[in-house]
Amino acid sequence: MSEEVLTLRGVVKEFDGKTILDGIDLTIRQGEVAVIIGPSGCGKSTLLRCINALEPIREGEILLQGEPIRAGAKNLPSLRQKIGMVFQSYDLYPHMTVMENITLSPRKVQKRDRREVEREAAELLARVGLSDKAESYPRQLSGGQKQRVAIVRMLIMQPEILLFDEVTAALDPEMVREVLDVMLELAHQGRTMLIVTHEMAFAQAIAHRIIFMDDGRIVEEGTPGQFFTKPQTKRAQEFLDRFRFDT
Amino acid sequence: MQALGLDVLFKGQNFIRLLGGLGVALRISLIAVVISIPAGVLLGTLMTKKNPVIRGILRFYLEFMRIMPQMVLLFLVFFGSTRSLGLDLSGETSAVIVFSLWGTAEMSDLVRGAITSIPRHQYDAAAALCLSERQTYYYIIFPQALRRLLPLSINLITRMIKTTSLVLMIGVVEIIKVAQQIIEANRMSSPNAAFGVYLTVFMMYFLACFPISMLARFLEKRFYE
Repeated sequence: MSEEVLTLRGVVKEFDGKTILDGIDLTIRQGEVAVIIGPSGCGKSTLLRCINALEPIREGEILLQGEPIRAGAKNLPSLRQKIGMVFQSYDLYPHMTVMENITLSPRKVQKRDRREVEREAAELLARVGLSDKAESYPRQLSGGQKQRVAIVRMLIMQPEILLFDEVTAALDPEMVREVLDVMLELAHQGRTMLIVTHEMAFAQAIAHRIIFMDDGRIVEEGTPGQFFTKPQTKRAQEFLDRFRFDT
Repeated sequence: MQALGLDVLFKGQNFIRLLGGLGVALRISLIAVVISIPAGVLLGTLMTKKNPVIRGILRFYLEFMRIMPQMVLLFLVFFGSTRSLGLDLSGETSAVIVFSLWGTAEMSDLVRGAITSIPRHQYDAAAALCLSERQTYYYIIFPQALRRLLPLSINLITRMIKTTSLVLMIGVVEIIKVAQQIIEANRMSSPNAAFGVYLTVFMMYFLACFPISMLARFLEKRFYE
Protein backbone atom coordinates (compact mmCIF):
# COMPACT_ATOMS: atom_id res chain seq x y z
CA MET A 1 0.00 0.00 0.00
CA SER A 2 1.25 3.46 -0.81
CA GLU A 3 2.03 6.21 1.67
CA GLU A 4 -0.70 7.88 3.74
CA VAL A 5 -1.02 11.51 2.70
CA LEU A 6 -3.88 12.48 4.94
CA THR A 7 -5.13 10.89 8.13
CA LEU A 8 -8.09 11.97 10.22
CA ARG A 9 -8.70 10.46 13.63
CA GLY A 10 -11.91 11.11 15.57
CA VAL A 11 -12.43 14.60 14.20
CA VAL A 12 -15.25 16.46 15.94
CA LYS A 13 -16.38 19.90 14.87
CA GLU A 14 -19.03 21.95 16.60
CA PHE A 15 -20.58 25.20 15.56
CA ASP A 16 -22.87 27.19 17.86
CA GLY A 17 -23.40 24.12 20.00
CA LYS A 18 -24.40 22.01 17.03
CA THR A 19 -22.26 19.03 16.08
CA ILE A 20 -21.27 19.31 12.44
CA LEU A 21 -18.67 16.56 12.32
CA ASP A 22 -19.19 13.72 14.74
CA GLY A 23 -16.04 11.61 14.91
CA ILE A 24 -14.59 11.34 11.42
CA ASP A 25 -11.88 8.74 10.72
CA LEU A 26 -10.44 8.84 7.26
CA THR A 27 -7.22 7.94 5.47
CA ILE A 28 -6.26 9.10 2.02
CA ARG A 29 -3.28 7.43 0.35
CA GLN A 30 -0.87 8.73 -2.26
CA GLY A 31 -2.52 8.83 -5.69
CA GLU A 32 -5.97 8.05 -4.39
CA VAL A 33 -9.06 9.86 -5.67
CA ALA A 34 -11.76 9.87 -3.01
CA VAL A 35 -15.17 11.42 -3.57
CA ILE A 36 -17.37 12.50 -0.68
CA ILE A 37 -21.09 12.56 -1.35
CA GLY A 38 -24.07 13.07 0.87
CA PRO A 39 -27.13 15.25 1.45
CA SER A 40 -26.71 19.01 1.92
CA GLY A 41 -25.73 19.93 5.44
CA CYS A 42 -24.14 16.55 6.14
CA GLY A 43 -20.83 18.27 6.91
CA LYS A 44 -18.87 17.37 3.79
CA SER A 45 -17.82 20.93 2.95
CA THR A 46 -16.99 21.60 6.60
CA LEU A 47 -14.79 18.51 6.54
CA LEU A 48 -12.72 19.95 3.68
CA ARG A 49 -12.48 23.30 5.45
CA CYS A 50 -11.27 21.57 8.61
CA ILE A 51 -8.64 19.62 6.68
CA ASN A 52 -7.29 22.90 5.37
CA ALA A 53 -7.48 24.40 8.89
CA LEU A 54 -9.85 27.10 7.73
CA GLU A 55 -12.00 25.97 10.66
CA PRO A 56 -10.75 24.88 14.09
CA ILE A 57 -11.79 21.41 15.26
CA ARG A 58 -12.85 20.52 18.79
CA GLU A 59 -11.51 17.00 19.08
CA GLY A 60 -9.41 14.54 17.16
CA GLU A 61 -6.44 15.16 14.93
CA ILE A 62 -5.70 15.77 11.29
CA LEU A 63 -2.31 14.56 10.06
CA LEU A 64 -0.75 15.63 6.81
CA GLN A 65 2.06 13.23 5.91
CA GLY A 66 2.30 12.53 9.63
CA GLU A 67 2.37 16.16 10.75
CA PRO A 68 -0.59 17.54 12.69
CA ILE A 69 -2.35 20.48 11.07
CA ARG A 70 -4.25 22.87 13.31
CA ALA A 71 -5.91 26.26 12.81
CA GLY A 72 -3.72 28.97 14.31
CA ALA A 73 -0.58 26.82 14.47
CA LYS A 74 2.78 28.42 13.74
CA ASN A 75 3.76 26.00 10.99
CA LEU A 76 0.38 26.36 9.28
CA PRO A 77 1.53 28.41 6.26
CA SER A 78 4.21 25.88 5.34
CA LEU A 79 1.98 22.86 5.97
CA ARG A 80 -0.81 24.40 3.95
CA GLN A 81 1.43 24.53 0.91
CA LYS A 82 0.93 20.78 0.70
CA ILE A 83 -2.82 21.27 0.40
CA GLY A 84 -4.50 22.81 -2.60
CA MET A 85 -8.11 23.85 -2.35
CA VAL A 86 -10.69 25.05 -4.87
CA PHE A 87 -13.97 26.54 -3.74
CA GLN A 88 -17.49 26.54 -5.09
CA SER A 89 -17.47 30.31 -5.68
CA TYR A 90 -14.03 30.34 -7.43
CA ASP A 91 -12.89 33.24 -5.22
CA LEU A 92 -10.41 34.68 -7.65
CA TYR A 93 -9.04 38.06 -6.58
CA PRO A 94 -11.24 40.46 -8.59
CA HIS A 95 -8.69 43.30 -8.72
CA MET A 96 -5.95 41.20 -10.29
CA THR A 97 -5.51 39.73 -13.74
CA VAL A 98 -5.55 35.98 -14.25
CA MET A 99 -1.75 35.93 -14.37
CA GLU A 100 -1.47 37.99 -11.17
CA ASN A 101 -4.01 35.75 -9.44
CA ILE A 102 -1.95 32.70 -10.28
CA THR A 103 1.52 34.05 -9.59
CA LEU A 104 0.88 35.96 -6.35
CA SER A 105 1.35 33.11 -3.89
CA PRO A 106 4.29 31.39 -5.62
CA ARG A 107 6.12 34.70 -5.71
CA LYS A 108 5.22 36.11 -2.30
CA VAL A 109 4.94 32.93 -0.24
CA GLN A 110 7.33 30.55 -1.97
CA LYS A 111 9.63 33.39 -3.07
CA ARG A 112 10.05 31.88 -6.49
CA ASP A 113 11.49 33.77 -9.41
CA ARG A 114 8.89 35.81 -11.25
CA ARG A 115 9.90 34.72 -14.76
CA GLU A 116 9.97 31.06 -13.86
CA VAL A 117 6.55 31.28 -12.19
CA GLU A 118 5.04 33.13 -15.12
CA ARG A 119 6.38 30.54 -17.53
CA GLU A 120 4.87 27.73 -15.47
CA ALA A 121 1.59 29.65 -15.18
CA ALA A 122 1.47 30.03 -18.96
CA GLU A 123 2.04 26.28 -19.42
CA LEU A 124 -0.69 25.41 -16.94
CA LEU A 125 -3.10 27.89 -18.51
CA ALA A 126 -2.44 26.29 -21.88
CA ARG A 127 -3.23 22.87 -20.42
CA VAL A 128 -6.67 24.07 -19.31
CA GLY A 129 -7.27 25.88 -22.60
CA LEU A 130 -6.97 29.45 -21.32
CA SER A 131 -3.75 30.68 -22.94
CA ASP A 132 -5.46 33.78 -24.28
CA LYS A 133 -6.90 34.82 -20.91
CA ALA A 134 -3.69 35.53 -18.97
CA GLU A 135 -4.23 39.30 -19.00
CA SER A 136 -8.00 39.19 -18.48
CA TYR A 137 -9.70 40.15 -15.26
CA PRO A 138 -11.95 37.62 -13.50
CA ARG A 139 -15.08 39.65 -14.35
CA GLN A 140 -14.33 39.09 -18.05
CA LEU A 141 -14.43 35.31 -17.68
CA SER A 142 -17.28 32.80 -17.61
CA GLY A 143 -17.85 30.71 -14.50
CA GLY A 144 -16.19 27.67 -16.03
CA GLN A 145 -13.16 29.70 -17.05
CA LYS A 146 -12.89 31.21 -13.59
CA GLN A 147 -12.99 27.79 -12.01
CA ARG A 148 -10.24 26.53 -14.33
CA VAL A 149 -8.12 29.54 -13.37
CA ALA A 150 -8.76 28.72 -9.70
CA ILE A 151 -7.53 25.18 -10.34
CA VAL A 152 -4.36 26.48 -12.01
CA ARG A 153 -3.85 28.91 -9.12
CA MET A 154 -3.93 25.94 -6.76
CA LEU A 155 -1.74 23.65 -8.90
CA ILE A 156 1.11 26.11 -9.25
CA MET A 157 1.73 25.83 -5.49
CA GLN A 158 2.65 22.17 -6.13
CA PRO A 159 0.37 20.71 -3.44
CA GLU A 160 0.47 17.05 -2.36
CA ILE A 161 -3.29 16.73 -2.03
CA LEU A 162 -6.04 18.56 -3.88
CA LEU A 163 -9.35 19.45 -2.22
CA PHE A 164 -12.35 20.29 -4.40
CA ASP A 165 -15.37 21.76 -2.63
CA GLU A 166 -18.42 21.46 -4.91
CA VAL A 167 -16.49 23.20 -7.64
CA THR A 168 -19.21 22.80 -10.27
CA ALA A 169 -22.21 23.61 -8.05
CA ALA A 170 -22.32 27.29 -9.03
CA LEU A 171 -21.74 26.70 -12.75
CA ASP A 172 -24.19 26.78 -15.63
CA PRO A 173 -24.75 23.21 -16.85
CA GLU A 174 -22.87 23.70 -20.13
CA MET A 175 -19.74 24.76 -18.24
CA VAL A 176 -19.63 21.86 -15.82
CA ARG A 177 -17.99 19.56 -18.33
CA GLU A 178 -14.95 21.73 -19.03
CA VAL A 179 -14.14 21.83 -15.32
CA LEU A 180 -14.73 18.12 -14.75
CA ASP A 181 -12.46 17.30 -17.70
CA VAL A 182 -9.62 19.20 -16.06
CA MET A 183 -10.19 17.24 -12.86
CA LEU A 184 -10.28 13.93 -14.73
CA GLU A 185 -6.93 14.75 -16.30
CA LEU A 186 -5.47 15.50 -12.86
CA ALA A 187 -6.76 12.14 -11.64
CA HIS A 188 -5.11 10.39 -14.59
CA GLN A 189 -1.82 12.08 -13.68
CA GLY A 190 -2.01 10.22 -10.39
CA ARG A 191 -2.76 13.20 -8.17
CA THR A 192 -4.14 12.64 -4.70
CA MET A 193 -7.59 14.16 -4.63
CA LEU A 194 -10.46 14.58 -2.19
CA ILE A 195 -13.59 15.76 -3.95
CA VAL A 196 -16.96 16.90 -2.64
CA THR A 197 -19.54 16.86 -5.41
CA HIS A 198 -23.19 16.42 -6.34
CA GLU A 199 -22.32 15.08 -9.80
CA MET A 200 -23.06 11.37 -9.35
CA ALA A 201 -21.99 10.28 -12.82
CA PHE A 202 -18.74 12.15 -12.42
CA ALA A 203 -18.17 10.67 -8.97
CA GLN A 204 -18.65 7.21 -10.45
CA ALA A 205 -16.21 7.94 -13.27
CA ILE A 206 -13.36 9.53 -11.32
CA ALA A 207 -13.42 7.94 -7.87
CA HIS A 208 -11.34 5.08 -6.56
CA ARG A 209 -13.40 5.29 -3.41
CA ILE A 210 -16.77 6.77 -2.55
CA ILE A 211 -17.29 8.13 0.95
CA PHE A 212 -20.93 8.61 1.89
CA MET A 213 -21.59 11.08 4.70
CA ASP A 214 -24.78 11.85 6.57
CA ASP A 215 -25.35 13.83 9.75
CA GLY A 216 -21.67 14.50 10.41
CA ARG A 217 -20.55 10.89 10.12
CA ILE A 218 -19.11 8.61 7.48
CA VAL A 219 -21.96 6.17 6.95
CA GLU A 220 -20.56 4.03 4.17
CA GLU A 221 -17.42 3.66 2.08
CA GLY A 222 -16.69 1.59 -0.96
CA THR A 223 -15.62 1.43 -4.56
CA PRO A 224 -17.93 3.24 -6.97
CA GLY A 225 -18.97 -0.15 -8.38
CA GLN A 226 -20.14 -1.43 -5.00
CA PHE A 227 -21.59 1.81 -3.76
CA PHE A 228 -23.69 2.80 -6.73
CA THR A 229 -25.02 -0.67 -7.53
CA LYS A 230 -25.30 -2.27 -4.10
CA PRO A 231 -25.24 0.33 -1.30
CA GLN A 232 -25.04 -1.42 2.07
CA THR A 233 -26.89 1.04 4.26
CA LYS A 234 -30.46 2.21 4.11
CA ARG A 235 -29.49 5.86 4.23
CA ALA A 236 -27.22 5.50 1.22
CA GLN A 237 -29.98 3.71 -0.67
CA GLU A 238 -32.45 6.47 0.09
CA PHE A 239 -29.93 9.09 -0.94
CA LEU A 240 -29.18 7.39 -4.25
CA ASP A 241 -32.89 6.88 -4.94
CA ARG A 242 -33.31 10.63 -5.06
CA PHE A 243 -31.06 10.76 -8.10
CA ARG A 244 -33.00 8.17 -10.08
CA PHE A 245 -35.76 9.21 -12.37
CA ASP A 246 -37.30 5.89 -13.48
CA THR A 247 -40.96 5.68 -12.56
CA MET B 1 -23.21 96.19 -9.01
CA GLN B 2 -24.42 98.58 -6.36
CA ALA B 3 -27.76 96.79 -5.98
CA LEU B 4 -26.17 93.37 -5.61
CA GLY B 5 -23.59 94.72 -3.26
CA LEU B 6 -20.72 93.36 -5.33
CA ASP B 7 -18.92 96.69 -5.40
CA VAL B 8 -17.62 96.12 -1.88
CA LEU B 9 -15.40 93.35 -3.12
CA PHE B 10 -13.34 95.75 -5.15
CA LYS B 11 -12.75 98.15 -2.32
CA GLY B 12 -9.25 97.93 -0.93
CA GLN B 13 -8.02 94.39 -0.23
CA ASN B 14 -11.47 92.90 0.33
CA PHE B 15 -11.37 90.22 -2.33
CA ILE B 16 -7.88 89.15 -1.40
CA ARG B 17 -8.94 89.04 2.25
CA LEU B 18 -11.82 86.73 1.39
CA LEU B 19 -9.43 84.45 -0.49
CA GLY B 20 -7.17 84.49 2.54
CA GLY B 21 -10.14 83.42 4.65
CA LEU B 22 -10.81 80.55 2.28
CA GLY B 23 -7.12 79.68 2.58
CA VAL B 24 -7.46 79.37 6.36
CA ALA B 25 -10.51 77.09 5.97
CA LEU B 26 -8.71 74.92 3.43
CA ARG B 27 -5.53 74.80 5.51
CA ILE B 28 -7.42 73.54 8.58
CA SER B 29 -9.23 70.91 6.48
CA LEU B 30 -6.07 69.83 4.68
CA ILE B 31 -4.07 69.26 7.86
CA ALA B 32 -7.03 67.44 9.42
CA VAL B 33 -7.40 65.25 6.34
CA VAL B 34 -3.70 64.38 6.27
CA ILE B 35 -3.97 63.26 9.90
CA SER B 36 -7.41 61.61 9.65
CA ILE B 37 -6.76 59.33 6.71
CA PRO B 38 -3.87 57.25 8.06
CA ALA B 39 -5.30 57.32 11.59
CA GLY B 40 -8.72 56.33 10.26
CA VAL B 41 -7.23 53.46 8.25
CA LEU B 42 -5.46 52.18 11.35
CA LEU B 43 -8.47 52.46 13.68
CA GLY B 44 -10.89 51.20 11.02
CA THR B 45 -8.77 48.09 10.51
CA LEU B 46 -8.66 47.52 14.27
CA MET B 47 -12.46 47.82 14.40
CA THR B 48 -12.76 44.75 12.16
CA LYS B 49 -10.80 42.66 14.68
CA LYS B 50 -12.51 40.34 17.09
CA ASN B 51 -11.01 41.77 20.30
CA PRO B 52 -14.09 43.05 22.22
CA VAL B 53 -12.13 45.58 24.32
CA ILE B 54 -10.55 47.33 21.35
CA ARG B 55 -13.85 47.25 19.50
CA GLY B 56 -15.74 48.66 22.46
CA ILE B 57 -13.32 51.54 22.93
CA LEU B 58 -13.32 52.42 19.23
CA ARG B 59 -17.09 52.15 19.02
CA PHE B 60 -17.42 54.55 21.96
CA TYR B 61 -14.99 56.99 20.36
CA LEU B 62 -16.87 56.90 17.07
CA GLU B 63 -20.30 57.37 18.65
CA PHE B 64 -19.02 60.18 20.88
CA MET B 65 -17.60 62.07 17.90
CA ARG B 66 -20.78 61.54 15.94
CA ILE B 67 -23.22 62.55 18.64
CA MET B 68 -21.35 65.66 19.79
CA PRO B 69 -22.07 68.67 17.58
CA GLN B 70 -18.79 69.84 16.10
CA MET B 71 -19.37 73.23 17.67
CA VAL B 72 -19.45 71.70 21.13
CA LEU B 73 -16.24 69.84 20.36
CA LEU B 74 -14.62 73.09 19.30
CA PHE B 75 -15.68 74.82 22.53
CA LEU B 76 -14.60 71.84 24.55
CA VAL B 77 -11.09 71.85 23.13
CA PHE B 78 -10.62 75.61 22.82
CA PHE B 79 -12.02 76.73 26.17
CA GLY B 80 -11.81 73.45 28.05
CA SER B 81 -8.12 72.93 27.40
CA THR B 82 -7.30 76.39 28.76
CA ARG B 83 -9.30 76.00 31.96
CA SER B 84 -8.58 72.44 32.87
CA LEU B 85 -5.20 71.70 31.31
CA GLY B 86 -3.72 75.16 31.42
CA LEU B 87 -2.87 75.01 27.73
CA ASP B 88 -3.09 78.08 25.60
CA LEU B 89 -4.15 76.64 22.26
CA SER B 90 -4.79 79.04 19.40
CA GLY B 91 -8.15 78.86 17.71
CA GLU B 92 -6.63 77.33 14.61
CA THR B 93 -4.77 74.65 16.53
CA SER B 94 -7.96 73.76 18.40
CA ALA B 95 -9.79 73.57 15.10
CA VAL B 96 -7.16 71.25 13.64
CA ILE B 97 -7.37 69.01 16.72
CA VAL B 98 -11.18 68.82 16.59
CA PHE B 99 -11.35 68.21 12.87
CA SER B 100 -8.64 65.56 13.05
CA LEU B 101 -10.43 63.73 15.87
CA TRP B 102 -13.75 63.96 14.09
CA GLY B 103 -12.28 63.07 10.68
CA THR B 104 -10.45 60.08 12.15
CA ALA B 105 -13.69 58.80 13.67
CA GLU B 106 -15.65 59.19 10.43
CA MET B 107 -12.81 57.79 8.36
CA SER B 108 -12.41 54.77 10.62
CA ASP B 109 -16.07 53.92 10.15
CA LEU B 110 -15.73 54.21 6.37
CA VAL B 111 -12.65 51.97 6.46
CA ARG B 112 -14.40 49.45 8.69
CA GLY B 113 -17.35 49.39 6.30
CA ALA B 114 -15.11 48.96 3.26
CA ILE B 115 -13.13 46.13 4.83
CA THR B 116 -16.16 44.22 6.08
CA SER B 117 -17.75 44.53 2.65
CA ILE B 118 -15.02 42.27 1.26
CA PRO B 119 -16.52 38.76 1.19
CA ARG B 120 -15.31 36.20 3.72
CA HIS B 121 -14.37 33.97 0.77
CA GLN B 122 -11.52 36.26 -0.19
CA TYR B 123 -9.89 35.62 3.19
CA ASP B 124 -10.43 31.88 2.78
CA ALA B 125 -8.94 31.83 -0.69
CA ALA B 126 -5.94 33.83 0.48
CA ALA B 127 -5.49 31.53 3.49
CA ALA B 128 -5.78 28.42 1.34
CA LEU B 129 -3.09 29.90 -0.90
CA CYS B 130 -0.85 30.27 2.15
CA LEU B 131 -0.71 34.05 2.34
CA SER B 132 0.06 35.33 5.83
CA GLU B 133 -2.40 37.66 7.53
CA ARG B 134 -0.28 40.68 6.64
CA GLN B 135 0.05 39.61 3.03
CA THR B 136 -3.69 39.00 2.85
CA TYR B 137 -4.45 42.54 3.97
CA TYR B 138 -1.73 44.08 1.84
CA TYR B 139 -2.35 42.27 -1.45
CA ILE B 140 -6.00 41.23 -1.25
CA ILE B 141 -8.13 43.15 1.25
CA PHE B 142 -6.78 46.73 1.19
CA PRO B 143 -6.63 47.10 -2.60
CA GLN B 144 -10.25 46.00 -2.89
CA ALA B 145 -11.37 48.08 0.10
CA LEU B 146 -9.61 51.12 -1.35
CA ARG B 147 -11.81 51.09 -4.42
CA ARG B 148 -14.91 51.27 -2.28
CA LEU B 149 -13.32 53.77 0.06
CA LEU B 150 -12.04 56.43 -2.32
CA PRO B 151 -15.33 58.08 -3.33
CA LEU B 152 -16.62 57.94 0.25
CA SER B 153 -13.52 59.49 1.76
CA ILE B 154 -13.51 62.26 -0.80
CA ASN B 155 -17.05 63.13 0.21
CA LEU B 156 -15.82 63.26 3.79
CA ILE B 157 -13.19 65.80 2.74
CA THR B 158 -15.77 68.14 1.20
CA ARG B 159 -17.93 67.77 4.31
CA MET B 160 -14.92 68.79 6.38
CA ILE B 161 -14.24 71.86 4.28
CA LYS B 162 -17.84 72.98 4.66
CA THR B 163 -17.89 72.34 8.39
CA THR B 164 -14.85 74.55 8.98
CA SER B 165 -17.29 77.49 8.79
CA LEU B 166 -17.93 76.75 12.49
CA VAL B 167 -14.43 77.72 13.59
CA LEU B 168 -15.31 81.40 13.51
CA MET B 169 -17.06 80.65 16.81
CA ILE B 170 -13.69 80.20 18.49
CA GLY B 171 -12.22 83.30 16.94
CA VAL B 172 -10.52 81.89 13.86
CA VAL B 173 -10.75 84.39 11.05
CA GLU B 174 -11.73 82.15 8.17
CA ILE B 175 -13.78 82.96 5.11
CA ILE B 176 -17.17 83.48 6.81
CA LYS B 177 -15.62 85.67 9.47
CA VAL B 178 -13.84 87.79 6.85
CA ALA B 179 -17.14 88.11 4.99
CA GLN B 180 -18.88 89.32 8.16
CA GLN B 181 -16.10 91.82 8.81
CA ILE B 182 -16.37 93.22 5.29
CA ILE B 183 -20.13 93.54 5.57
CA GLU B 184 -19.88 95.21 8.99
CA ALA B 185 -17.26 97.68 7.84
CA ASN B 186 -19.31 98.74 4.83
CA ARG B 187 -22.71 98.84 6.46
CA MET B 188 -23.16 102.57 5.72
CA SER B 189 -21.57 102.89 2.29
CA SER B 190 -23.03 99.67 0.77
CA PRO B 191 -26.02 98.40 2.70
CA ASN B 192 -26.52 95.62 0.15
CA ALA B 193 -23.07 94.14 0.71
CA ALA B 194 -24.42 91.05 2.53
CA PHE B 195 -25.83 89.60 -0.64
CA GLY B 196 -22.81 90.20 -2.84
CA VAL B 197 -20.28 89.07 -0.26
CA TYR B 198 -22.09 85.89 0.69
CA LEU B 199 -22.68 85.14 -2.98
CA THR B 200 -18.92 85.38 -3.45
CA VAL B 201 -18.37 83.16 -0.41
CA PHE B 202 -20.77 80.65 -1.92
CA MET B 203 -18.87 80.69 -5.21
CA MET B 204 -15.56 80.21 -3.40
CA TYR B 205 -16.81 77.20 -1.44
CA PHE B 206 -18.26 75.84 -4.63
CA LEU B 207 -14.99 76.25 -6.54
CA ALA B 208 -13.11 74.56 -3.71
CA CYS B 209 -15.48 71.59 -3.31
CA PHE B 210 -16.80 71.03 -6.80
CA PRO B 211 -13.53 69.69 -8.32
CA ILE B 212 -13.22 67.35 -5.33
CA SER B 213 -16.77 66.07 -5.85
CA MET B 214 -16.07 65.63 -9.56
CA LEU B 215 -12.97 63.62 -8.73
CA ALA B 216 -15.09 61.41 -6.47
CA ARG B 217 -17.57 60.81 -9.26
CA PHE B 218 -14.81 60.08 -11.76
CA LEU B 219 -13.17 57.56 -9.44
CA GLU B 220 -16.51 55.94 -8.69
CA LYS B 221 -17.14 55.41 -12.38
CA ARG B 222 -13.69 54.02 -12.95
CA PHE B 223 -13.91 51.53 -10.12
CA TYR B 224 -17.47 50.35 -10.59
CA GLU B 225 -17.35 49.85 -14.34
